[in-house]
Amino acid sequence: MGRYCAKRLIETIPLMLIISIVVFMFIHLIPGDPARTLAGVEATPEEIEAIREEFGLNKPLLQQYFDYMVGLLHGNMGRSLKSNIPVSELIWSRFQYTIQLVFAGLIWAPFVGIFIGVICAIKRGTWVDLGGMLIAICGLSAPGFWLGLMGIQYFSVKLGMLPSAGLGTWKNLVLPSIVMGTGIMATLARYSRSSMLETLREDYVRTARAKGQKESIVMFRHAFKNSLIQVVTILGLQIGGLLSGSVITETIFSIPGMGRLLVDSIAYRDYPAIQGLLMIFALQYVLINLIVDMLYGVINPKIRYD
Amino acid sequence: MSNTQNEQVNTNTSFEENYIDENIIADKSSKTKEFVKKFMKRKTAVAAFAVMVFLLIIAIIGPSLAPYDPAAYDYDNMLAGPSAQHLFGTDQFGRDIFSRILAGAPLTLGVSLSSVIVGAALGTVLGLLAGYYGGWIERLVMRGADVLFSFPDILLAIAIVAILGPGIVNVFIAVAVFTVPSFARIMRSATLSVKSALYVEVARSLGCKDGRILFKHIFPGTIQSLIVNFTMRIGSAIMAASSLSFLGFGANVTDPEWGAMLSQSRSYLSTAPHMVYFPGLVIFVTVLAFNLFGDGLRDTLDPKIK
Repeated sequence: MGRYCAKRLIETIPLMLIISIVVFMFIHLIPGDPARTLAGVEATPEEIEAIREEFGLNKPLLQQYFDYMVGLLHGNMGRSLKSNIPVSELIWSRFQYTIQLVFAGLIWAPFVGIFIGVICAIKRGTWVDLGGMLIAICGLSAPGFWLGLMGIQYFSVKLGMLPSAGLGTWKNLVLPSIVMGTGIMATLARYSRSSMLETLREDYVRTARAKGQKESIVMFRHAFKNSLIQVVTILGLQIGGLLSGSVITETIFSIPGMGRLLVDSIAYRDYPAIQGLLMIFALQYVLINLIVDMLYGVINPKIRYD
Repeated sequence: MSNTQNEQVNTNTSFEENYIDENIIADKSSKTKEFVKKFMKRKTAVAAFAVMVFLLIIAIIGPSLAPYDPAAYDYDNMLAGPSAQHLFGTDQFGRDIFSRILAGAPLTLGVSLSSVIVGAALGTVLGLLAGYYGGWIERLVMRGADVLFSFPDILLAIAIVAILGPGIVNVFIAVAVFTVPSFARIMRSATLSVKSALYVEVARSLGCKDGRILFKHIFPGTIQSLIVNFTMRIGSAIMAASSLSFLGFGANVTDPEWGAMLSQSRSYLSTAPHMVYFPGLVIFVTVLAFNLFGDGLRDTLDPKIK
């Protein structure tokens, strides 16, 4: 197990390296002179030259990348053009809000999704199945920003029950958690239904039934547990999606998280901040997938680590 | 001598080609019939297909059906609720929302559809090449897809817009690029499964060139996966494009793009909730129709992956 984890960890290094090159190239991909881009439209030639010097843009590209990586490994991602504080500090100050949102989504969505999916599979072909799958496909098709605005309109404006913006109390998290979680709930409901249906067709389920095992035990111990393996993979991919979902959610509810920071940074053309945020988002995503891969072993001892 | 041989070979191939083609045509038409018959049994999918066709027609002729000029200001009727005159009410400038939705249909649907077509074409070619040739091409394409996948969901589209700047053309590029990796992956695995089929072996042993094998023999075998993924991706493309516009990175705020209309509505939640209801509802119904149609298509083409 330890060896497998180490191997998997090493395997992500090339991927991280390529991502770092892509993110590093970011400023160079923007059409035009990067120094001019960073300095802004109204900058004087001296200012542009100063920027070129400060960001090391006059050095060879390879040297620049090397410097960037050395900085990155020391947690240095440059300074924000907008607020002139280090990007790493800026991101860190926003991190907690986004994490709160991610957890707010995760606290209900996977459980409800898997529950709906499993019930639909057990009651296949009935009204329950139809209703559950209707909820799932609607959840998948409803744009998050629309759900959020409708939620604010109904619960905040009309009923006055929930706050429409900001964070602080648990009440603030209710609407954002719905926006964050609906997609996951829907996706997991669909996947866990088909995964459960597949396991229900397996020989060991038939065997369990044939030997007279109680139906509830067949369903839970034999079918459900095995169907979870597929579902966990999807969940991992979905958590990555949650991070990007925070961009929309934070915009709707005026929450000062990383997603909101990204939108503001793009609007302000704060390239060092955008670069840092993209790096962090990608890093989180790769790490989550790594953790999910390792979790396989816990859920399914059949998977051998060699 | 060599001439006669050539001629002989030519007659042989043309005979063979004719023979095989006739068979394929006969086979195809019966397969299409069978498919249509099976598909017609899925009532929700048929309904979704009807809605989809209706929306596409609206996208083509909708703007000319608009009862009002979608850009005309009417200061006597600002923020008016739905009525007989203004079916979906008016916005903060008194513009008729129903007319704006009709006028925006070609924009939202056009951008999403065309970007999925371009992205799918690119991804398909890359996936076919990766699956067929293997080796460094495969590694390059798959690592590239991994890197693009590390920016989950609309984050990739946001990153591209961050590089290129806001605007509808850049949204088109962003959504197209965001579509490529999923097609590359799916088409690669579809190619791998077809590659070892007997008829491909036969084509190769008959001396077919790689290009011919790939596009005449392997590609038709992968077309099911292609079609299913294509319809599924249109829904996500509409979501991504309207999300970008909602965040202010897409269409001009004055354009009647559906996402952009919603982002305008945020300031009028308490006074004019209809500004939220209708544009969002239209996006929801559109995405739902494409998703339900995709589901029906998948279940008809391949009942196994349910």
